[in-house]
Amino acid sequence: MSSSSYYVPATSKWPIIAVLVMGMLAVGAGLMMTQGSGLILLVGGLVGVAWVMYGWFRDVTLESMGGLYDAQMDRSFRQGMAWFIFSEVMFFAAFFGALFYIRVFTLPWLDGEGAKGITALLWPDFVASWPLMNTPDPAVGGPDAIINPWTLPLINTLLLVTSSITLTFSHHALKAQQRLRARNWLILTLVLGGIFLVIQGIEYVHAWTELGLTLQAGIYGATFFLLTGFHGLHVTIGAVILLVLLIRLIKGHFTPEQHFAFEAGAWYWHFVDVVWIGLFLFVYVF
Amino acid sequence: MTSRSLPRPVVQQSASEATAGGAAAGHHAHQPRGLLRWVLTTNHKEIGTLYLLFALLMFFIGGTMALVVRAELFQPGMTFILPEFFNQMTTMHGLIMVFGAIMPAFVGLANWMVPVQIGAPDMALPRLNNFSFWLLPVSFTILLSTLFMEGGGPNFGWTFYAPLSTTYAPPSTSFFILAMHLAGISSILGAINIIATILNLRTPNMRLMDMPLFVWTWLITAFLLIAVMPVLAGVITMMLLDINFGTSFFDAAGGGDPVLFQHLFWFFGHPEVYIMILPAFGIVSAIVPTFARKRLFGYASMVYATASIAILSFVVWAHHMFTVGLPLTAQLFFMYSTMLIAVPTGVKVFNWIATLFRGSISFELPMLFSLAFIVQFTIGGLSGVMLAIAPADFQYHDTYFVVAHFHYVLVPGAVFAILAAAYYWLPKWSGVYPNVKLGLTHFWLSVIGVNLTFFPMHFSGLAGMPRRIPDYALQFADFNLLSSIGGFLFGISQLLFVAVVILCIRGKGEKAPAQAWEGAEGLEWTLPSPAPLHTFDTPPEFVPERDSPSRH
Ligand code: HEM
Ligand SMILES: [Cu+2]
Repeated sequence: MSSSSYYVPATSKWPIIAVLVMGMLAVGAGLMMTQGSGLILLVGGLVGVAWVMYGWFRDVTLESMGGLYDAQMDRSFRQGMAWFIFSEVMFFAAFFGALFYIRVFTLPWLDGEGAKGITALLWPDFVASWPLMNTPDPAVGGPDAIINPWTLPLINTLLLVTSSITLTFSHHALKAQQRLRARNWLILTLVLGGIFLVIQGIEYVHAWTELGLTLQAGIYGATFFLLTGFHGLHVTIGAVILLVLLIRLIKGHFTPEQHFAFEAGAWYWHFVDVVWIGLFLFVYVF
Repeated sequence: MTSRSLPRPVVQQSASEATAGGAAAGHHAHQPRGLLRWVLTTNHKEIGTLYLLFALLMFFIGGTMALVVRAELFQPGMTFILPEFFNQMTTMHGLIMVFGAIMPAFVGLANWMVPVQIGAPDMALPRLNNFSFWLLPVSFTILLSTLFMEGGGPNFGWTFYAPLSTTYAPPSTSFFILAMHLAGISSILGAINIIATILNLRTPNMRLMDMPLFVWTWLITAFLLIAVMPVLAGVITMMLLDINFGTSFFDAAGGGDPVLFQHLFWFFGHPEVYIMILPAFGIVSAIVPTFARKRLFGYASMVYATASIAILSFVVWAHHMFTVGLPLTAQLFFMYSTMLIAVPTGVKVFNWIATLFRGSISFELPMLFSLAFIVQFTIGGLSGVMLAIAPADFQYHDTYFVVAHFHYVLVPGAVFAILAAAYYWLPKWSGVYPNVKLGLTHFWLSVIGVNLTFFPMHFSGLAGMPRRIPDYALQFADFNLLSSIGGFLFGISQLLFVAVVILCIRGKGEKAPAQAWEGAEGLEWTLPSPAPLHTFDTPPEFVPERDSPSRH
């Protein structure tokens, strides 16, 4: 390493503003859930978070383009992003773990199987199955029907996988100094992601209103919406990131050598894609 | 201090030049003053100080709650507070000590010491660092405010088992969950920052296997944090949905499972206990060689032991759940995997002892706390192995024996290591040595207090006293009396530590040179005491400890 002197970023007001808006968001959400009031705080917090993201990333972008960052800073950003994605992987791992645990252990045990079969005494008529259409206590009530994986979910799988490929094409074009092609591939990626979200929305409405598949529909509904919901949230975030990247690409912020923001956004998008494949297999198909 | 001077690693540039260079770089020039300076700071030393002061404050708030508990348990009968409030006190005490005191204290030490031990100018992502710290006061303000909400604060124990924490929980639980989310984000981002710093900002000729052990243990701790804090976030999110949106994750009526909660919680929780002890291992591994004036015995084995502990910690979680009705194979698996963890832990203890063996030992304050750590932590480790025996745990589980176990590893263990670190590095932070008279009194009262508090708990637990109860049968009265006296002794003697810290901050005491401890090794001792705000603006020369002429 050749660096003779380290680069240390200057102070910034964004972190503390971020803390304040996050606190506002938390208090607002808490009030909404416990008292049904506090909408202003909640919305204010959300708007605030968006504003902070805009301002903070804007400053970083300006500094980066001002040539302030060295190779070391670049590596720090890379590692920061990589470990952040790892933390997201673990977040989803918890949900997948819960899904598998319920399917492999809890439901058979509730049905009287194995070492914990004694729990079958609670609801003797309960029959384990997956998808769980009839909950142990009928008062909770399961879904009437579930989503057929070979319709909309399959289309969504194709969309998202394709979008990962088009994003890679865009990246290659960027590295080959073909900005126009990079832009077009990126727009296509965004469109695919957008269609995915729309289809997911249609599917949700269908599930909720016609299939009786709701958050409250027993453990099937709960895990279904937990996994697909948090995934959808991440696709939305990923799409916003891609949109910002598109604008920056058009503005010419990225060079074939230096475009870490682009790569970070791409990593995130691929991560979201991989999670979806897990979802498609274990939430929809099997 | 004796005057025999030891050869030290050469620094490329004298520290005063380093500061001058920093000021010239411009971005340090116009610092905001007063309160705003602390709110906006991105300097790792200032943020480290903030973390440490925050942890100290939380230590006293959580400690006061423990004393409320001990006051109620002073004698049998409902004497002092209502059971509902008692439950809130035990719960809040645990939550605050774990998430508000011990974890932030270690993060504060990492902030202060990791950059200077690896010759870095600051943390890798300084602004993120500011964000990570300031989330904590917000989080804990929300958490503490739940005590004043209708229905009271969290009352389900620091492990917040469902359905106690969902179906039967007070309305404030949603706020508790959101507060934990904020604290969790803070931890994850803090850990990312520490990993990036260690992997990326080491001075050029410092290889991984040259790093001080405190840095190594923090690298591994940060990995654990990033791996398990998101799982905690996941499980509290599921709670939030169960409470507010009618899901049935932890409700068997809808096909969910309360035991699932415990699996998810302990998948986080067991690595979490190592998060609270690995940095302590690093601290003791720095202090013992200094005052034994010997190289650390088995450096590489220390690193591998730390890594094995971390990896094993992912496959032992259900030893907290032996009595929930696990299948027999699972009980056996978790029993043996847990016992396996005692092996690398033992390696560490033996390495410290081997370091002491035939060393020229002197008993300065940090050394006293470290030696006490080794003895007392081992007591906790041994009771841990007893608890790992599944059939025996059927008897011990949810008794005061468990309380004794984890308090031995956490208070005379982790907290003593934090105190040792403070006494060790205070000269570097403040420029003056901690007051020896006060420090010695603090040390001895703490040792007596802590053992008086927690040792009798082994006996009350073995005799069958359940944990988390405000009243108890008469035969436990004597042990509880002792525990309460010890608790108040320990609690009050911590005020002496505050006095020591205040004296240091105000610069009252014997001035410390750069090399504050005769036998100390490492880049931090090449800096003047107190360390200037900005250090190592250029990467320093570094001689690994094993090649250092001062060690043999
Ligand atoms: C030799 C290593 C260790 C072993 C074999 C061990 C084993 C155990 C076992 C089996 C339990 C469950 C007891 C029960 O609930 O019935 C337990 C509880 C606990 N251990 Fe350890 N332990 C070890 C080290 C540690 C360390 C280093 C820490 C923290 C620094 C720690 C913190 C805890 C805590 C906090 C609990 C109780 C949690 C609760 O129920 O509130 N242990 N330990
Ligand atoms: Cu454990």
